[in-house]
Amino acid sequence: MAKDIQGTGLSLASQFAGSKWANKLGLRKPAEKLAYISTKAGFKFIGKLTQKKQAKNSDASVSKNSREKKIFDLSLTDEQEMIKDTVRSYASEVVRDLAHDANENIALPENFLEDSAALGLNFFSVPEALGGAAQGHTPTTSAIISEELAWGDFSLALATLAPVSVANAIVRWGSEKQQNKWLPLWLADDPVRACIAVQEQHPLFEANKLSCKAKRTGKGFEISGEKVLVPLGGNCQVYLVAAQYGGKPHLFIVPGDSNGISFKKSPAMGLRAAETGTLILNNVKVDSDALLSADKNRFSYKEFIDYGQLHWCSLAIGTCQAALDYCITYANERIAFGEPISHRQSVAFMISNMAIEIESMRLLTWRAAALAEQGKPFHREAYLAHLLCVEKAMEIGTNAVQVLGGHGFTKEHPAERWYRDLRILGSITSGLHL
Amino acid sequence: MLNLETPRKFRPLVHQARQVAESVFRPISRKYDHAEHAYPVELDMLAAIMDGMNDGTTGEGAGAGKLKQDKKTEEGIINGTNMSTVLGLQELCWGDVGLSLTLPRQGLGNAAIAAVANEEQFARFGSKWAAMAITEPDTGSDSANIRTTAKKDGDHYILNGEKIFVTSGERADAVVVWASLDRSIGRAAIKSFVVEKGTPGMEIVRLEKKLGIKASDTAAITFTDCRVPASNLLGSDVIDTDKGFAGVMQTFDNTRPVVAAMAIGVGKAALDRTWEILNKHDIKAKYKGNPKNLTQMEAQLYRYEAEWEAARLLTLKAAWMADNGQPNSKEASMAKAKAGRVGNDITLGCVALLGALGYSEDELLEKWARDSKILDIFEGTQQIQQLIIARRLLGKTSAELR
Repeated sequence: MAKDIQGTGLSLASQFAGSKWANKLGLRKPAEKLAYISTKAGFKFIGKLTQKKQAKNSDASVSKNSREKKIFDLSLTDEQEMIKDTVRSYASEVVRDLAHDANENIALPENFLEDSAALGLNFFSVPEALGGAAQGHTPTTSAIISEELAWGDFSLALATLAPVSVANAIVRWGSEKQQNKWLPLWLADDPVRACIAVQEQHPLFEANKLSCKAKRTGKGFEISGEKVLVPLGGNCQVYLVAAQYGGKPHLFIVPGDSNGISFKKSPAMGLRAAETGTLILNNVKVDSDALLSADKNRFSYKEFIDYGQLHWCSLAIGTCQAALDYCITYANERIAFGEPISHRQSVAFMISNMAIEIESMRLLTWRAAALAEQGKPFHREAYLAHLLCVEKAMEIGTNAVQVLGGHGFTKEHPAERWYRDLRILGSITSGLHL
Repeated sequence: MLNLETPRKFRPLVHQARQVAESVFRPISRKYDHAEHAYPVELDMLAAIMDGMNDGTTGEGAGAGKLKQDKKTEEGIINGTNMSTVLGLQELCWGDVGLSLTLPRQGLGNAAIAAVANEEQFARFGSKWAAMAITEPDTGSDSANIRTTAKKDGDHYILNGEKIFVTSGERADAVVVWASLDRSIGRAAIKSFVVEKGTPGMEIVRLEKKLGIKASDTAAITFTDCRVPASNLLGSDVIDTDKGFAGVMQTFDNTRPVVAAMAIGVGKAALDRTWEILNKHDIKAKYKGNPKNLTQMEAQLYRYEAEWEAARLLTLKAAWMADNGQPNSKEASMAKAKAGRVGNDITLGCVALLGALGYSEDELLEKWARDSKILDIFEGTQQIQQLIIARRLLGKTSAELR
């Protein structure tokens, strides 16, 4: 920060006060008095200015929201509290119970997407003008929903939110024509199946240097390449595919039944219930209206990636919270050496640290999401949030198994599943969208 | 409505504190690191400025003497004194932790007086510089175990015992001393007393030589039949076995976020300076790309920055809760635990990243790395914070989880 007039003044005053001759001449006291008065007056003045400005703002029909945003606030809106409670009860009463078998079967439970449609997440992702109920741009609410769902199960939350993510991206950047064409799918009785495909297999993958390529054809585009860790088992109606075009990464809306599309199931360490696999695009032809990122002024690939990483962060926070809650109960119930293992600092401190880091993950993620919601730049905040979540989510996944000891290593407890699922944080770029 | 940005109304305060840090503290930082135990005369002038800041800010003010848990109000969510103090201290400690600690009238004793003094006491002691004396040679984190005694004798208490690690113990006008009315009763009998400088029987016996924060004096004080007016006992003189000790401990819920903020300040100083040096070598923060493809230097600095943000936001959360009357004991400890270790990690890490330059006295980095260690120790060590957090999470008493 550059010194301003006040700073320069302080600097001089300080040199003066510290100098031997000021002391000798007994001049320090008057200097102090002067400093006190000028600072006090300075503060009163700035205080009044801010008050005046605030008063002005309130006169000028500024919306209630923008006034509220002026203070640091961690309280959720009543609506967010309600949504949070609803999603949490669904996660604890339905999702958690389905998670074990779904993971073992490497498949979504029967009718899972149909049943979770009752939450209305698809409906809430479509703007009111098109028949949905979206209340505008609300990344913080999306983050809260994702966190609560992932408290139930990471993979099942991913399967539920993958289609919502596609809708979010189309609402954010799609042309009117694209929105009219695609968004009605999200209002259909049969729950839509859709997902975002960005990640590729090669090591040191960079999301803006894609091997998947698109080229212009007479009628539209032709896309070729392979995408990995793509959820929903290959039977999506729509894929949002990132491909290099004109030297830059772009997004294409690709119908799932296009010629040249194939899907190879390739289960991974975790996310097994979400039925991940490799999406192969072999000279897939799409029409010229398939380019979601056509409007250079509005579209930002960087933001697209940031929204995706923040979404993964939210899922990780939910699953880490689930792990912490589980460890607390376990450590209090498990007896060793004649008392609960929670009476031992080595166990208790692991639990303290889980709580500290989960709250850290949440605050960084919320801060980025809130900035995005206010239309402010949020790249640095999203980048740092993701960096923190990668490290801490994996650490918490590991420690949850450790708290349970040998039992944590078995499938009797969900800790080993969380251990595997949480590894995804460091292994994927995008695929979701807050 | 979620918003985690620093409120605009505190910008002038933050700005002013940063100017003090930059224009007053930094230029004399090394001088008082070398001249341990010399009184930084420049600070008298600054104290006047701080008083001006406290009295001049609209409404809440800032500083140790204003910290308290606010009652829940009907006005909705507010950002108040706890937050402004945290923000101000962070900036001051960006300048220098030791000098911030020895700011007149900003002692921890002032925080204790603000939290528990009655009106009459506040009138007498509110404008005095008060240090805090808890630790004893044989009692550190187990502060319920102190041996200093206070015996009632007419209108006075007679204090006997020895206190160590009293920050500003030599320079302050008064010391808030923890003493037991009856050691057989245990923690509920512990009360705090304001002992003014010059009270017969109170003697400063030693100043510690330390690893860091050398600008701040750390005194050992003995009390030998030291007579203190009974009206100097802070809070109630009744021994209440239900909540007696909890009362004195409550001060920590307000002061821990402040110490966390100090760690955040010195951590930021190291980060800023490291980037400043690297920029000259064409290494700039871009926040771009897969972290696996970054250089080790960049990856480490981003990691530090993320950890630093986490500590900062946890601290703001704890302060925000205090401002809004929400019990924040767990959150205050979370902030202190995180910021204490992160501040130390970052300052040490920056020294290591910059090699010989970081290690040299030509830069302040090595000093910050020494200063930061105390912030993970005083106001409750890392381990004490973890105990507090774990007890809350696990629903355990201090007898169960020791």
